[in-house]
Amino acid sequence: MTLHSRTTTTKKERRFRIGTAALPYVLLFPTVLFVTVFTLLPSLRVLYDSLFIQNQAVKIPQFAGIDNFTELFSSASFHDVLFNTFVYVLVTVPISVFLALVLALILNRKFRALGLYRLAFFYPTVLPMISAATIWYFMYTPGYGLINVFLRNFGIPSQSWLGSANLALIALMILGIWKQTGYFMIFYLAGLQGLPHEIFEAADLDGASTIQATRYLTVPLLMGTTLFVTTIAVINGFESVDQIYIMTGGGPNNATSMLLFNLWQTLFSFLDVGKASAMSVILIVVLLIFTTLNFIFTERRATYE
Amino acid sequence: MNNRRFASRSLNTLGLVLLGVVAIGWAIPIIWTFAVSFHPPEESLSASNLWFGTQPTLANYATAFKIAPFAQYYINTIVIVFGILIVQLVTISLAGYAFARFQFRGQNILFFLILLQLMVPSSALIVPNYSTIRQLHLFDTLLAVMLPFFGSAFGTFLMRQTFKTIPRDLDDASKMDGANWLQTLWHVYIPPARPAMIAFALSSISFHWNDFLWPLVVTNSESSRPLTVGLAVFTQLGEQGAQWSLVTAGTVIVVGPLLLLFLIFQRQFIESFLHSGLK
Repeated sequence: MTLHSRTTTTKKERRFRIGTAALPYVLLFPTVLFVTVFTLLPSLRVLYDSLFIQNQAVKIPQFAGIDNFTELFSSASFHDVLFNTFVYVLVTVPISVFLALVLALILNRKFRALGLYRLAFFYPTVLPMISAATIWYFMYTPGYGLINVFLRNFGIPSQSWLGSANLALIALMILGIWKQTGYFMIFYLAGLQGLPHEIFEAADLDGASTIQATRYLTVPLLMGTTLFVTTIAVINGFESVDQIYIMTGGGPNNATSMLLFNLWQTLFSFLDVGKASAMSVILIVVLLIFTTLNFIFTERRATYE
Repeated sequence: MNNRRFASRSLNTLGLVLLGVVAIGWAIPIIWTFAVSFHPPEESLSASNLWFGTQPTLANYATAFKIAPFAQYYINTIVIVFGILIVQLVTISLAGYAFARFQFRGQNILFFLILLQLMVPSSALIVPNYSTIRQLHLFDTLLAVMLPFFGSAFGTFLMRQTFKTIPRDLDDASKMDGANWLQTLWHVYIPPARPAMIAFALSSISFHWNDFLWPLVVTNSESSRPLTVGLAVFTQLGEQGAQWSLVTAGTVIVVGPLLLLFLIFQRQFIESFLHSGLK
């Protein structure tokens, strides 16, 4: 150990000498400041604002108790929004998680052009949702959009995918599945790499077929990964907004409006701060449930690996 | 046994063929976008003329650059993404150090306060955060896009975990040598934390590069719009005239460099996405 005596400290060094008792607070100050201003206070603010009528019709915000919430839950258009959001999540999540698992199981071996396959499934993850949505907007174009051109080969006439209330939500779901399956696939591939070889060798010796080994060993062992990607998928699903903005604007006839898009619209198109705040509270509560689950599963995944 | 082998092998082949078809389906959207971006603007798209057109051209790119300031959008995105990252690396290192090596009153309260950021997603707070930005007179500035993300709970916890693995003896030795806390942090704690910081950096970059709603809400001009919002504005212009070859060129301008980087740094990208489950 070198013997630097304290007396040789320069002025510059001394400037950073803060009392040890105060130091941790100084270190934490920037983070605490930003979290307070942009997370803590805003969370309390939406909670507070959600209890007031605050829109173009009133000059001064009026206390209204839970009226904003009761009005929302009794309005037909908000029912549509909730319905669309939940249907979107309930359809896209299981399909993309299942597809991701199947792809990972197939791609977790060595064969020719493996890299190309992985690339094909993973590249949508790298694209910003906005550009992915632009591409799919184009894919769904009536007449010469590739989806319609492809379906025409099977005798299905050209559809206005995004213009039809029955098809528009399905169109968004297809984009969602295409965009995120590759992302979940890499979690499964990482999970598969971490599985113990010995168990599978033992299963092979016992005469278990590949399908049996997959069904009774691999899939259960990957449960941690499945729970983890499922919660991410659910959270992402509830936060869907970019693709709606680009492709449908929530239409036709409210058929594709979802929670976050509706919130944005309520604030910036309808200038209704009270309702928008109530929606924020609803969104926070829904997401809080799933982020908590995600947190628990992350911890569990970390202990598995 | 042989029968089973045979069955499993043909199942395998069938699986691979099916996989090939699905993979092509997955890849087609980007290939088509790329092809149509070279489609001559004067030739209209139709079911029989769907790809490059009779004479591929760069005209769409020229027009795209002329009517939208994509270079400016790129600069804005880069400033936003790296501005956020640099401040974050400082704040998370300081906060992570505090939680890893100090005992102080209110430690738990502050810990839970920061944890709140992982629980409440920023997208649900656009209403109050928008009005905060208005009150700070920062609307339509690059700083407005960056400000809410300067503190990071995920980063703080990551640094805390990493710093905790560093032997306390090193810390003590450095202090015996007369180093102050900043020198100790810089020379003792930061070097071994580099892999964690890189992982954090990659997930921060990919999140903010792709973010759309928040910049949409707080920007209103070419000088502060990032690429995502710029592309959305551009798409809405192009769609009115159904100028798809133009819109696809704009899309390629936005995703081209990203995909190229992805091709070169595939492994790092995938690693970063594995880490980004928690933002």
